[in-house]
Amino acid sequence: MADTPLPLEVRNIKKRFGDTDVLKGLSLTAHKGDVITLIGASGSGKSTFLRCMNLLEQPDEGELIVHGEPVRFKRTRHGREPADWNQVVRMRAKLSMVFQSFNLWAHMTLLENVIEAPVHVLGKPKKEAIEHARALLERVGLTERADAYPAQMSGGQQQRGAIARALAMDPEVMLFDEPTSALDPELVGDVLKVMRDLAAEGRTMIVVTHEMAFARDVSSQVIYLHQGVIEESGPPDEVIGNPQSERLRQFLAPKH
Amino acid sequence: MEALLERLEGLLADNSIFTLQTLSYYGEGLVTTVQLVFLSLVIGLVAAVPLAIGRGSQRSWVKWPIFAYTYVFRGTPLLVQLYLIYYGVVFVEGIQETWLWAILEKPFVPALIAFTLNTAAYTTEIFHGAIKATPRGEIEAARAYGMSRRLMMRRIVLPSAFRRALPAYGNEVIFMLHASAIASVVTIMDLTGAARFVYARYYAPFDAFLFVAAIYLCVTFAILFFFRWLEKRLLAHLKPAGG
Amino acid sequence: MIDLHGYGPRLAEGALITIELALLSLVLAVVLGLLTASAKMSRSWLAHRLGTLYTTVIRGVPDLVLMMLLFFGGQMGVNLFTDWLYYQFDIDIFININEFVAGVVTIGLIFGAYMGETFRGAFMAVDSGQIEAGRAYGMGPWLVFRRIRFPLMMRHALPGISNNWMVLLKTTALVSVIGLSDMVRVAAEASKATREPFTFMLIVAAIYLLIASVSEWIFARLQKRYNIGYGEVE
Repeated sequence: MADTPLPLEVRNIKKRFGDTDVLKGLSLTAHKGDVITLIGASGSGKSTFLRCMNLLEQPDEGELIVHGEPVRFKRTRHGREPADWNQVVRMRAKLSMVFQSFNLWAHMTLLENVIEAPVHVLGKPKKEAIEHARALLERVGLTERADAYPAQMSGGQQQRGAIARALAMDPEVMLFDEPTSALDPELVGDVLKVMRDLAAEGRTMIVVTHEMAFARDVSSQVIYLHQGVIEESGPPDEVIGNPQSERLRQFLAPKH
Repeated sequence: MEALLERLEGLLADNSIFTLQTLSYYGEGLVTTVQLVFLSLVIGLVAAVPLAIGRGSQRSWVKWPIFAYTYVFRGTPLLVQLYLIYYGVVFVEGIQETWLWAILEKPFVPALIAFTLNTAAYTTEIFHGAIKATPRGEIEAARAYGMSRRLMMRRIVLPSAFRRALPAYGNEVIFMLHASAIASVVTIMDLTGAARFVYARYYAPFDAFLFVAAIYLCVTFAILFFFRWLEKRLLAHLKPAGG
Repeated sequence: MIDLHGYGPRLAEGALITIELALLSLVLAVVLGLLTASAKMSRSWLAHRLGTLYTTVIRGVPDLVLMMLLFFGGQMGVNLFTDWLYYQFDIDIFININEFVAGVVTIGLIFGAYMGETFRGAFMAVDSGQIEAGRAYGMGPWLVFRRIRFPLMMRHALPGISNNWMVLLKTTALVSVIGLSDMVRVAAEASKATREPFTFMLIVAAIYLLIASVSEWIFARLQKRYNIGYGEVE
């Protein structure tokens, strides 16, 4: 098989909240350079699925294999938990997440945000981290805002800054949780452009999104979720271009 | 009643500290504490309303003296204020020959004056804050309907400010109850005074002070529940309808 | 010039004691406050109960009563100890040191409860998304606390800390009642001896106001620092 291990493999993830099954056994395999988009109505479980991938949500069942290393779990009174939190910390450092509400740290400048995890989690020398960060900020078009605080930036700038923060970790996989949903329409374009560039240069990405044009043009695989189940999955021209189920057709139909 | 006392006495017979005698000290102490706190709060409250209005006045000769008063009384320990008034009164030349001495000889009145001045200062700031927080729209509406400043203050601003001030004022009442413990320093036999007396007599600090702590705790809870009940009644209109 | 009847140096010493007492109590109160806040936010039933009991009792009882309880009650234990020391080693000085320590411990214990409430509220006000971002980037619990949760919390906590400090400062006056020679006690003695209460009490009041004003200025600067990143709008 492949010489290098797969960036991310997820098998049979199940998750319950109280009495409701939110995820009913979901699997996904990300090869290097894949752009996988998760689509579906709100409440379909797509964000929860994404959050299970870096264990911000603890899946009740299922396996996670990050860069060939399976995450170990143990059973406790409260349900299933990771057996070794150091392993979790290590695997999270390989998967950077971009949040819907940006979640830039408010008490740090943009530059400080970008170097924070590389310096304190990866133990990179500060000078090196700053150099790298400046290069990344240039890529996302925020060179001039390096010393600004998040509150002084527009939503679009904050999200591009958050993408730079994610890139600074040199992640195996980037996880995007509805990165444009909290933005004003006129700011969405800039963020999507950065994401398209990342896809073009071969970044492995998993994206939860409502942007159908992005899903259609950029992804290598589209997964349509409905009530915690993968209803359709495949290349975009199949799933979006030729939807099989009535439900997906309705979901894709232009809304008034 | 008689029978009850007898049974109580029997119950207390084994106990060397909490005799009927010491319990009556605590009882009298509670009465003194409540009198002192209640009187100073009522007088302070009445004084605070005009002071709070003046505190927000446009005229600087009204505003600044009131600010100076609240600043000084909120910025210094109540104990210092108590000493200042207590000793200050006692050492005034010739005061012992005047009729005033009959009242001022006992420490109760100087303590009452100190407590009243103190709580009036805090309450003034509480009301001032509440008045300042009046929604602009309510004031504009009152103006639009041709209300005079005075009428607007009386009918619109103050009633809503009082309600807003209620939680903070509840804290002030509890604060005064607790602060009143220093009355014992100038030999007043309030609750804490009773505890200190019992402590000195039996050299039993834990018994004497834990008991009085429990009484204060009970009174504090009573005040807390009273204000919670009051808030529920008076602030009901601020809750979303239906819920 | 004001005639201090020779009480000047003692008054200055008393002022120093007041300041030292207040600062050390503040440190203890902050530490206890952080512990209490974590106990009250913890998932452990026992820790939560203990935290609640502590804050409820302390806030329901007058400072002076607590002070006497801890001081005289503590004194009882200390006396036994110092008596023993006296018989064994013939030393007597220990009691004085313990008086000051008793003051610090009592005031620290009292304000630890108030600080606990302040910190708890401030921790809860921190945007959980920013904590989550820290976790998502591979930060462990301690790193998240040190780099993200604590600095973000401080912004919300500072007004409360400032408030507690102002009250704490005034509470130090109570130690004069249990026998510590802070400036209030010196002034009270001087008032009685010289029959000039106004001179001494007003000086003490002025010193309190001075300390309060300086603290206010310091806290305003601190607030500015922790408000960094929240724009210039207050």
